[in-house]
Amino acid sequence: MDRKIRVLVAKPGLDGHDRGARVVAAALKDAGMEVIYTGLHQTPEMIVEAAIQEDVDVVALSILSGSHMSHFPKVRELLDAAGATDMLITGGGIIPAEDMKVLSEQGIGKLFGPGTDTREVVEYIRGEVSSRNS
Amino acid sequence: MNRQALPQLLEAAFGGNRRALARLISLVENDAPERSAILDAVIPKTGGAWRVGVTGPPGAGKSSLLEEIVMAYRERGKTVGLAAVDPTSPFTGGAFLRDRIRMARAGADPEVFIRSLGSRGSLGGLSAQTEAVLDLFDAAGKDMVFVETLGVGQAELDVAECGYTTVVVLVPESGDGIQAMKAGLMEIGDIFLVNKCDHDGAALLEMELRAALELGSNADSWKPPVIQTSAIEGRGIAEAVEAIEAHRTHLAQNGQLPHLRRRLLERRLRRGVETRVTHALWTDPERAAKLEETLDKLLSGGVGFEESLRALLPEGLDGEES
Repeated sequence: MDRKIRVLVAKPGLDGHDRGARVVAAALKDAGMEVIYTGLHQTPEMIVEAAIQEDVDVVALSILSGSHMSHFPKVRELLDAAGATDMLITGGGIIPAEDMKVLSEQGIGKLFGPGTDTREVVEYIRGEVSSRNS
Repeated sequence: MNRQALPQLLEAAFGGNRRALARLISLVENDAPERSAILDAVIPKTGGAWRVGVTGPPGAGKSSLLEEIVMAYRERGKTVGLAAVDPTSPFTGGAFLRDRIRMARAGADPEVFIRSLGSRGSLGGLSAQTEAVLDLFDAAGKDMVFVETLGVGQAELDVAECGYTTVVVLVPESGDGIQAMKAGLMEIGDIFLVNKCDHDGAALLEMELRAALELGSNADSWKPPVIQTSAIEGRGIAEAVEAIEAHRTHLAQNGQLPHLRRRLLERRLRRGVETRVTHALWTDPERAAKLEETLDKLLSGGVGFEESLRALLPEGLDGEES
C-alpha cells in the first residue's frame, strides 16, 4: 500500500488572486501530498466534479472576494449530494472569525486567515485525514 | 462509501457511477490489497475503447491541445476517459498536478472523466499504474481513452506501450531538437502535431519533421502525418481527430490490432515480472547483507568486479554450473 493524501486546491468565483492558493499548494506538495490545482474561476459544480473524479481526501478553497458564505456551503451541499460526505472541506482567505464559526456549524472544516504558517495547514490536514481513515 | 464491498463498487463503476470509478482508480494506484481482484474483474471487460497516448516536451501545450481534441470527440457524441501524468518529487513524494488548469471545459463535462496521476517514481513518462487506470476507463464504457505523459525529453517512451495510437506534440521552439529526437520520440509517433503553429517557425518544423520521417526505414505501411495545430485558435483540431481515426482504421483493416494488443500486453507482463523480481531481490535480507560484504571485499581489492557481481546474482543466473 502506498497511500498518498490527495488535495484539490481551487479558487471559486471571480476572485483572481491566486498567490495564497499557490503558496499553500506548494507547501502541501512539499509535505508529500498530491495536489490537484484547478486554477481560477471555478464554479462549485466544477470543483465538486473534479473532487469526485480525482477522489481527493480534501477540498481546499481559497476565497478573497467575500463570497465565502455562499461558496463553502454550496460545495458542501453538492459534495454531500454526490455521496462524498466524508470529504473534508477546508480553505482560507479573508474570512471574519464569526463567519468561520457559522461555516464550521455547516460542516466546513478549519479555515485559515492571512499570516498562517503553512505547517499549521499541513498538520491540520494530516490529522483530519488520518482520523477519517482510521 | 469507503467501506463499500468490492463487487458493488465494480458494478457501480461499470454502470457509470463516477465516484465508484474514482475510488477503484485510487485502490489500484495505491497498490491496495484489492488491486489484483480489481484487475481480474476489469480486464475481461476491456477492448471497447480506443486508446491514444499523447506525449511531447514540457510546455508543448499537450493539455490545452488535448482538451480541444477531447471536446471534438464530445461533439461526435463520444465519451472520454483521460489520465494526465505529472511528475512526483523524488525528494518529498509530493506532486503538483496541474493538467486540469488547461482543461476547464472538459473538466466540467460529466461525460469526460479526467484523472490526474503523480508519476510516483516511474521514469518512463507515465506512472506504474497508468495502464490499469486506462483499463478501468475502458471497462467503465468510455469510447475514447487518452493518456497524457508528463513533459518528456528523449528517453521517456513508455507511452508507446500503452496506446494503440501515439500522438507526439512538438512546438516550433523544439525545432533544433529534431536531430536529437530521431532515436526516440521520432520513432514512436503515429501522428505528429506541430502545436502553437501561430508561432514563427512552424512551417520549418513541419518540413524538418517530414524530412526526418522520410529517412525512417519504417516497414509499416502507415506514414505518420504531420499536422499544424493551434489550441488557442482551434486550428488543425479536426485534422488531428481525422488522423487518429485514420490510424485506427488502418490498424483495423490490415489486421495489425491483435498483434499490437498482444505486444502491449507482453511488455506489460514483462515489466510487471521485472518490477516484482527486482523488489524481491533487494528486499531479501540475506542479499542485502551479502551486498555489504561484497562491497567491503571489492573496496579492499580482494575480488574483481565481475566476481562480486556474480556473487549477488540469484542462483541459476550466476553463471555457475548447478
